[in-house]
Amino acid sequence: MKNLVILGAGTSGTMMANHLIRKLPKKEWNITIVDQYKTHYYQPGFLFLPFDIYTTKQVKKNGTKFIPKGVNYIQEKIELIEPEKNIVQLEKGGQLPYDILIIATGTDIVPEEIEGMKGPKWQKNIFDFYTYDGAKALRNKLREWEGGKLVVHITEMPIKCPVAPLEFAFLADSFFKNKGMRDKVDITFVTPLGGAFTKPKATKALHYLLEEKGIKEVTDFNIERVDYENNKIIDYGDTEVDYDLLVTVPTNMGDALIERSGMGDDLNFVPTNKASLQTLAHENIFAIGDATNLPASKAGSVAHFEAEILTENIIRYINGESLKEEFDGHANCFIETGNGKALLIDFNYTHEPVEGTFPFPGVGPLQLLKESRTNHMGKMAFRWVYWNMLIKGIHIPFVSATMSTKGKQLEEINNN
Amino acid sequence: MRKLIAHTEIEVNEEGYLTNFSQWTKEIGECIADENGICMNDRHWEVINYIHEKYNNEEPLSIRGIKKSGVINIKEFYSLFPGGPLKKATMIAGIPKPKSCI
Repeated sequence: MKNLVILGAGTSGTMMANHLIRKLPKKEWNITIVDQYKTHYYQPGFLFLPFDIYTTKQVKKNGTKFIPKGVNYIQEKIELIEPEKNIVQLEKGGQLPYDILIIATGTDIVPEEIEGMKGPKWQKNIFDFYTYDGAKALRNKLREWEGGKLVVHITEMPIKCPVAPLEFAFLADSFFKNKGMRDKVDITFVTPLGGAFTKPKATKALHYLLEEKGIKEVTDFNIERVDYENNKIIDYGDTEVDYDLLVTVPTNMGDALIERSGMGDDLNFVPTNKASLQTLAHENIFAIGDATNLPASKAGSVAHFEAEILTENIIRYINGESLKEEFDGHANCFIETGNGKALLIDFNYTHEPVEGTFPFPGVGPLQLLKESRTNHMGKMAFRWVYWNMLIKGIHIPFVSATMSTKGKQLEEINNN
Repeated sequence: MRKLIAHTEIEVNEEGYLTNFSQWTKEIGECIADENGICMNDRHWEVINYIHEKYNNEEPLSIRGIKKSGVINIKEFYSLFPGGPLKKATMIAGIPKPKSCI
């Protein structure tokens, strides 16, 4: 018997277990998946939890339910990967030998990277919403907050779901309007990039949203420290932004396991071939989702498209065939804009998001890069799709793993 | 769109970033710096060389990367390229500025 081991039972790992159990001959392959946590979170829901749009129950389920029968599920912390010996060491001393390893250990926030961020004011008036605990603590804060300066802040790129901070600012505008206290709240969006929008077509089509909602923008802000005593964030150029409530996206890094095993870059992401998903250092180790250093968005939709291509490449690798270099960075994301509306964007490594219709060219029903209520319904329906189709590795009809250019207003060759 | 700079015609986007790195020369970099009120010296060029190295290796540019580069500290980086150093340094280097997905 041969062993295939998947590290991490989040979105990517769970999808791979579901794909591979159907594809690998049971008499020849043992499949094992390892994760230290019991709960599987619907991470897109963390955006809605602070505003009481979703309940805590809607964003978490017992992970065991989604691991298919026939897959060995180990709930234990992983100590070390030893790629030269083809062995994974578990915390309690157990060893897992592997013929093929899939790294799906994701990314987490590391607020300790910035001086003063995770200090005495953490979860008092400095919050994150990228973790279940953070989103829930922020919900409790927002229920009682009486207003003031709300600063929505990105520490550094790359981050999981790069549009989530902007969506948070849009939803905050709606939330305070609905509470009848928008006039008491000043919303500022602070980013290390050149703008809240950075791609030419999106900037042109969407910048009005910030103006319409009265959201101020502070750009090119590279945070050096949080002065939690005086409620200020300060950047390397000595620019200061005052806050009463700071909602930050701290530095995102790959799991510390990757660092311990000496397999990551500066941010503990695993250097991976961006088209085949094979790691650059070891031919029998593959990586998927947020754990990789791919120049694609760290998002569930990207992991979903990657999973389809990675499954095929695992089969090819087993059969001794050359790998398909097919992954194009395809991402497909709903973006909440508040007031019951949303946008949809569809893009890849080389094509920036443009206007058009999706998934049926010329028909829709979803509109790309435009606000609509239908798009918002799509985002709400997606929670069902996630729990019932996506992590079970069921193909989403009419949406291919690689990006389609049909139905899109592509006027010129992109340079992005 | 096209732009005439240092007696050469180059392709740039709406914001003035080169869209084809192969058209970049040191003279062009110097002229773009000049337009941004930056007078290039050896320290500036060391930073631009580092940025080119990262670009050629397809590694993303970040303040963290600059901090760890050993080439320059962040305070000096800001003083060499005032007001959005990554944005200005990438424009002078002839490569796209750091972007998000939209």
